[in-house]
Amino acid sequence: MTETAAALHHTPLEARHEALGARLIDFAGWLMPVQYAGILDEHRAVRERAGLFDLSHMGELFIEGPEAGAALAFALVTDPPALAEGRAHYSMIVGPDGGIIDDLIVYRLAAERFLVVANASNAHVVSDALAERLARFKAVLDDRSMATALIAIQGPRSVEIVRPLTDVDLDALRYYAIADGSVAGIPGLVARTGYTGEDGFEIFVETSRAAELWDALLAAGAADGLAPIGLGARDTLRLEAGMPLYGNELDRSTNPFEANLGRVVKLAKRGDFVGRAALEKVAASGVTRRLVGLVMRGRGIARHGYPIHAGTRATGVVTSGTQSPSLGEAVALGYVATADAEPGTMVEVEIRGQRVPAEVVALPFYRRER
Amino acid sequence: MVPSDLRYTKDHEWVRVDGDVATVGITEYAASQLGDIVFVELPDAGKALDQFAPFGVVESVKAVSDLFAPLSGAVAEANGALAGSPELVNSEPYEGGWMIRLTLTNPAEVDELLDAAAYDALIAAG
Repeated sequence: MTETAAALHHTPLEARHEALGARLIDFAGWLMPVQYAGILDEHRAVRERAGLFDLSHMGELFIEGPEAGAALAFALVTDPPALAEGRAHYSMIVGPDGGIIDDLIVYRLAAERFLVVANASNAHVVSDALAERLARFKAVLDDRSMATALIAIQGPRSVEIVRPLTDVDLDALRYYAIADGSVAGIPGLVARTGYTGEDGFEIFVETSRAAELWDALLAAGAADGLAPIGLGARDTLRLEAGMPLYGNELDRSTNPFEANLGRVVKLAKRGDFVGRAALEKVAASGVTRRLVGLVMRGRGIARHGYPIHAGTRATGVVTSGTQSPSLGEAVALGYVATADAEPGTMVEVEIRGQRVPAEVVALPFYRRER
Repeated sequence: MVPSDLRYTKDHEWVRVDGDVATVGITEYAASQLGDIVFVELPDAGKALDQFAPFGVVESVKAVSDLFAPLSGAVAEANGALAGSPELVNSEPYEGGWMIRLTLTNPAEVDELLDAAAYDALIAAG
């Protein structure tokens, strides 16, 4: 069977999405909701109240064994053994050339047990690469992507919606922490992570219990205006928060330093890791281009693939862009030559043959009030 | 049912013809398929358009779509309200969300457009 002939994967919540009036699309081989009420309404719901996301397409890879931490330290750019139990960090897996294979969240569930969450589009590639890189360690990879559903609740009212449903002490569950527990009586893992720039949780449960959890959360959040959120608003939310999306800002031809993610790469950790030599070279010599935030100063919306100019020079390309629902301005992420990457620099985005002024700005575009 | 007094293109533009003046917009179906519209780019007055030539761009949060002139003519006026309120295309596609008015150069081209029944059948077929 070829890749193109492969059937679409179905989330355990597909019937729920249809009943809620969602528009479903093929995303990374999964039939997923792109929107329900509309992207702008959904975006605002998350910023002002709370939103519920089906992220069952994400890859869940469990790594266990006496050398699980050491194996991940070899396989990834971060240092998972430095994580305390119950804590998480943002990480990446790169090739020997330092190019990004995927960006990941690594959770330390126990001394010898980790959870790595990969993007749906890369879940197989990451699973295969980890299996290969773990082979010489006393560590076992258990790819539970198809058996695991992930439901996220994000937005300022998330805590109060989840609190009465769970035995997890949410006040003790800090940002980038994870705890074993139950929500609405369903056993799972509750993590204080997300991809929206808001407070909230990501809840991992068995696929067979996903619909039950979805229903319980939607019912519990009804009075607080909890709304189901599709991938369309997920994209505008993460873009405002300045968070990269694999396939747009990150890919095999991009290294972490170019993506402003050099701080994630732990060159000081002990031992070799895949990509170390290439990334040490980049760290020493510097980068020629950098990911920046752009705010359009003329009329028009910069979109993925639009060229960026600095005077008469071509300086780079837009990787993501939209009309920011929270700011009311057109914003974008893109790569520009290092010389043009300082906030305040004026560049031009070529939109359908016309050059429209844009200003390089510090990221994120949107930061929640705490 | 779509408004019966308008004519339609297969690209989901509508046109209201009044003598040699035509008002052009996109249909409610098109607007709802695009989703929340956040940007509309329209031509300046005076621009000459051939039938079915692109005349502008409509952008939703996610997507960029070209607009096509249902009829040949010169742009008499573009709807300036859409610069500040592009959401009118979603909320009032046949009224406040109109896009351009054309002074027609060949009104007979109207016969090449779909009537309401034919356009209804087109969107029913997906």
